[in-house]
Amino acid sequence: MSSPVIKVRDLWFSYNGNPVLKDVNLTIHPRDFLAVIGPNGGGKTTLIKLMLGLLVPDRGTVRVFGHSPRVAAESIGYVPQDIGTNNSFPISVRDVVLMGRMRGGGGWRRFSRSDKIAARQALERVEMWEYRKRRIGELSGGQRQRVFMARALVGDPKILFLDEPTASVDQKGQTDFYAFLKQLNEDITVVVVSHDLMVLSSYIKSVACVSQQVFFHDAPEITKDMLEMAYHCPVELIAHGVPHRVLPKHSGESDAGSASV
Amino acid sequence: MLEALQFEFMRNALLAGLLASIVCGVIGTFVVVNRIVFISGGIAHAAYGGIGLAFFFGFSYLMGILGFSLLVAAIMAAVSLKTRQRADTIIGVLWAVGMALGVILLDLTPGYNVDLMSYLFGSILTVPVSDLWLMLIIDGLVVVTVGYFYHDLVSLSYDEEFAQVRGVPTKILYFLLMAMIALSVVMIIQVVGLILVIALLTIPPYISEKFSDSLLGMMFYSILLNIFFTTVGLWLSYTFNLTSGASIIMIAATCFFISILLERVRPKGMRI
Repeated sequence: MSSPVIKVRDLWFSYNGNPVLKDVNLTIHPRDFLAVIGPNGGGKTTLIKLMLGLLVPDRGTVRVFGHSPRVAAESIGYVPQDIGTNNSFPISVRDVVLMGRMRGGGGWRRFSRSDKIAARQALERVEMWEYRKRRIGELSGGQRQRVFMARALVGDPKILFLDEPTASVDQKGQTDFYAFLKQLNEDITVVVVSHDLMVLSSYIKSVACVSQQVFFHDAPEITKDMLEMAYHCPVELIAHGVPHRVLPKHSGESDAGSASV
Repeated sequence: MLEALQFEFMRNALLAGLLASIVCGVIGTFVVVNRIVFISGGIAHAAYGGIGLAFFFGFSYLMGILGFSLLVAAIMAAVSLKTRQRADTIIGVLWAVGMALGVILLDLTPGYNVDLMSYLFGSILTVPVSDLWLMLIIDGLVVVTVGYFYHDLVSLSYDEEFAQVRGVPTKILYFLLMAMIALSVVMIIQVVGLILVIALLTIPPYISEKFSDSLLGMMFYSILLNIFFTTVGLWLSYTFNLTSGASIIMIAATCFFISILLERVRPKGMRI
């Protein structure tokens, strides 16, 4: 088997003294399509941020292609959660995408011809080239998500992290979006944080349930067993506005652990 | 206005306004888009401690305020990076402590009669030529630094986490930005005084943001607006014998409210 894309070993992370992640071990292989699910506050986003190098673990290691996330930055694509707080920012769609070609550290002239060509190709790929001169805040949630996708793809990543990518996208947009992700997944490893396992289930190859600890469920294809395994997570499902809790819990998970979530 | 130009103090005042306009337009743009108006206000007010130190220990007023506001800026940057949850409270405390320190040190300075008003409302009409040179140097420093790190600063301002993933040294740049704000504040205090610093840093970028397509455009329009505000404010101050700093701000504030009204009136989505 080829060498893993991500290798997380004995990782612990706490925030202000409160443990968020405990003893996490996780290996992601090339061209995996991993869904990261779990309850709110269970540590999904924290785990992603540790793999991106935005947070530093208290103990343990994160290796991306055998290097620290900082060193491997060039091969990582990241689509953050669109919380829409910066929508009045004066920046064009094209300039947002060009940010994906940043290689930190100053310099008078930053974006080369090849950067601009790459930006055009990325925007064409997500069918947003005609919007290149629009201000980012003028776009709809779904359009903005595609721009962020282009920004992640413009650096030609080998692994793509997406945090709640369809939170501000309508149902039709979500289906299109995941179909696009599936197509990308032919070359790129995809890690997506999502609540919506129903949508994901037809695209993913494996599932990681995060609730302080991480439970990894590997499956070569989507099976009923796998879905069941996934729902073994103590995840709060909102079905038609009726919250209910799916049981049983993972063995080894204490009540105190889930209560503090 | 033209007759006023025969006075050296008036020429100096206009030059000071011009030099301050450049730095306010550039730095104010980052202050507005990064939503760090409160920190900027904190630095400006805490800088009063530097004045107290300068007079008490008998060194140059400008050096005192420059050194102290840089120190305060560094502490505030560290606090806002470390403890985001309660950063605003701590900045508020530093704000008050800086001012109190300044007042007490000036109390303790023998024989010194404090002209708090010129510090609060500016003394653009008495700017000496040596200060103009210093302002020119700070202008140059800020413009060159922002030019060199332009794309890094834009990506930091737009999406800090994404910038960090791309290897942009966001923490260092954040401290750099704070240092530049401190430098600018020192300069603007000369022109409009501490109380009015925030208005000149924020009003022009706020107006410009609506019809700019990039931060560069926003800076450019902010500089033009600042030059307009300071020049017209000085003219009003000269003609009607009004306090110059307050006149400048009233012009800026008038335009601010007009811009808000225009925004209400014009159809949504239409650019000016």
